[in-house]
Amino acid sequence: MRAKVDPLEVIATSPLARAIASSSVGKSVATKLGVPPTVDLRRGRILPKGAVSLARLDNSTLAGRTLALLGVETIDPVVDTPGARTPGESGRPVPPGYEGRLGALVIDLTGLWTLTELEYVRGVLRPAIRSLERSGRIILIARTPESYDELEPRVLAQGLDGLNRTVAKELRGGATSNLVWVDPETSPEALASTLRFLLEGRSAYVDGQSWRVGVAEVDEDEARTPSPYAGKIVAITGAARGIGAAIARTFARDGATVVGVDVPASGEALAKVVNEIHGTALQLDITLPDAGERIAAHVAERYGADARLYAIIHNAGITRDRMLVNLDEEGWAAVLDVNLAAQLRMNESLLDGRVGGLADGGSIVGISSTSGIAGNKGQANYATSKAAIVGLVRAMAPKLAARGITINAVGPGFIETEMTAAIPYLQRQIFQRSNSLAQGGKPVDVAETIAYLADPASAAVTGQVVRVCGQALVGQ
Amino acid sequence: MTDRTAVVVGGNRIPFARAHSAYRHASNIDMLTAALDGLAARFGLAGHRVGEVVGGAVLKHSRDFNLTREAALGSSLDPHSPACDLQQACATGLEATIYVSNKIRLGQIADGIAGGADSVSDAPMAVSDGLRRALLAAHSAKTLPARLAALSSIRPSHLVPDPPGVTEPRTGLSMGEHQALTTARWGITRLEQDEFALASHQNLARAWSDGFFDDLVTPYLGLTKDQGVRADTTLEKLGALKPVFGRGEGATMTAGNSTGFFDGAAVTYLADADYAAEHHLPALARIVDVEVAASDYTIGGEDLLLAPTYAIPRLLARNGLAWQDFDYYEIHEAFAATVLATLDALSDENYCREKLGLSTPLGDIDRSRLNVNGSSLAAGHPFAATGGRIVPTLAKLLHHRGTVDGRPARGIVSICAAGGQGAVAILEAC
Repeated sequence: MRAKVDPLEVIATSPLARAIASSSVGKSVATKLGVPPTVDLRRGRILPKGAVSLARLDNSTLAGRTLALLGVETIDPVVDTPGARTPGESGRPVPPGYEGRLGALVIDLTGLWTLTELEYVRGVLRPAIRSLERSGRIILIARTPESYDELEPRVLAQGLDGLNRTVAKELRGGATSNLVWVDPETSPEALASTLRFLLEGRSAYVDGQSWRVGVAEVDEDEARTPSPYAGKIVAITGAARGIGAAIARTFARDGATVVGVDVPASGEALAKVVNEIHGTALQLDITLPDAGERIAAHVAERYGADARLYAIIHNAGITRDRMLVNLDEEGWAAVLDVNLAAQLRMNESLLDGRVGGLADGGSIVGISSTSGIAGNKGQANYATSKAAIVGLVRAMAPKLAARGITINAVGPGFIETEMTAAIPYLQRQIFQRSNSLAQGGKPVDVAETIAYLADPASAAVTGQVVRVCGQALVGQ
Repeated sequence: MTDRTAVVVGGNRIPFARAHSAYRHASNIDMLTAALDGLAARFGLAGHRVGEVVGGAVLKHSRDFNLTREAALGSSLDPHSPACDLQQACATGLEATIYVSNKIRLGQIADGIAGGADSVSDAPMAVSDGLRRALLAAHSAKTLPARLAALSSIRPSHLVPDPPGVTEPRTGLSMGEHQALTTARWGITRLEQDEFALASHQNLARAWSDGFFDDLVTPYLGLTKDQGVRADTTLEKLGALKPVFGRGEGATMTAGNSTGFFDGAAVTYLADADYAAEHHLPALARIVDVEVAASDYTIGGEDLLLAPTYAIPRLLARNGLAWQDFDYYEIHEAFAATVLATLDALSDENYCREKLGLSTPLGDIDRSRLNVNGSSLAAGHPFAATGGRIVPTLAKLLHHRGTVDGRPARGIVSICAAGGQGAVAILEAC
């Protein structure tokens, strides 16, 4: 499975080609060829540079209270109305705009009731989109459709999904748009982690998505801390390299004590990651029948008999790509065993209350994939396992709710790793560009989303699958 | 101060590689650093100040005078961790364990790492004495003519490099040749040796496939398993090999029943028992007692590789134990015949009386308890790394066994070394 050297790749990544591409002439050639330049996305725990504008319908106060809780100052929105427009040079009316670049527009639609109110949404979006800074944010907050008994608002709430996905596609410069559906009872504390994640650079590669925030008791300090994992033990499978290593580093940055798990053969790379973040390594094949017991035993042995795992991140996964006509039982079973069966077994033992197992109030995060959500040629085994993770999350969330344990998944799109670097250059360019942000994601983008989902302050987020795909053209 | 207990917390090594293969570009420092980093990852020691790191190498470059300190500095351990180099030929790793456990028992340190590394691939190559003397004279000469005069003493024959010595300086015999004398003296047959080697390979291969080494070994430079282990070897294959040591009828020692040249590194993590408990570190086995002995192989003509037979009775007597009182025996397999001759010697009436001063021989042992997960014949023997391979292996075996007849499981390690020396240690399950 060694990557072949692609001649085009060699040329395209040569120092000369890089020099040309980064020169002004090269850039203009690239633009004329219709290849938009790649924008460096804002990443990390960093809020937008420009102002955060808060727009809200009548009886919509949740977003404002949440932003206040987070200490984010807001400005009033500029609204495009016929009266607010000024005549332009060509005689065409020009809509009003913001002074300077806008960092984000948060639209609180929790009070949405009638179709006519949507005109206000258009009115605040038009000026904001024109003024949005690079990696700016549009965030829509609305009630879930099923929380309405009445037909009209219920239909409109669903309609926002199409609006959000379209805004995301029209935005440029690395800006994103996402929709959060809330319960009528959702508190600002429960929403805070989600809103902060969306505003900050941590959500860089999450675009055009919609997911739900329910109801949970969240402490105000918990909602505000930048080190949500201080004193908490988090186990990550497949932690030796790629996305797994990024997950380990991200959790460690946010205060976690990390238990890195990977197959014994990857021990050298695992040791490097774990030593860098002062965690511990567990060389373990997760397909062993007692893998969950061994993880729990490691936690109890290293961190004391009272120690419990706060979160398990099921990152380990493999591919054995073959078209179905060439797929034998071994290639089929291997992928399903690592990507799905092992996870089910580990969850079962980690959830049975054993020493070193998952604590009540803890969290489970799995990794789905756009391949699972949309299907992918040559990946029948992989897509089946990854779509099953969506099913797993949805099925287990209500069962674990009584113990305060959340279970969620991320759905990565094209992420630039050692694995995807092996894809031939042209094919890779196509994959990288086939999303609204016109670039591949970084392992840290997946890691940040996982860390947000597992956050104690995200207790109201469960049963969700958040795609980290830059709004890939394929799938939902 | 006096009742402190030193326990083996665990260990780590890199897979042992055949010389001039996977680790041919790795130095002793590189390998020892890798072994330390794997250990740090396993026990969360990154950034931790270890009481002392002790280790060494047999084939050591003069520039590596601080080999262990350099490796510790290059690892993820706290740079405030002191280190010390120590060398006792093939017993280096075990002697380092003794050093660390003694400091722990004296309360001088709470934890420590003992180990060693050896590379045959990256062995030092010295210049000849003639060239060295001429260069030193030239270096200290004060005038140009004096310098030229010094250099003019160099002869073409001086330019031949001096490879690392594999022979005993006092006898001119290699280790294999010494063992061949012992093998002949004790009448160890070719078949016995081959059967013993076969068991070593089969036991090590089974231990690998059972995952026994999952928490004892960290892969290095793409190598994930010991390179020397041959799961598929047979008596026929071993029997077909030509003897390499000894002469004529008595030539029974082959590459199959002797250890070859290997590269590798291994470390053992030891701690005070209370410290281990407070810091959630496992305690696999405690170091009960140790004894180091030497044989008079020069004037006395004794067996060079049987020095452990002098240490074992003294150690047993001091601890009130019989040779049969152990659940596991780990006897380093320098050669298959070394282990077999050691066992024969300890049950030989004359040898025990004349050499060891015992009124009765120690007797035979249950050989199913010997090197149960293979040893140096299969794993390979990077000289200074062998102690760091055996001690954690035995400690893990003992810990899993727990108690036997209501007492903690007990094991003994015996390692013979060049210079007619032998180090022996008793461990007991925690």
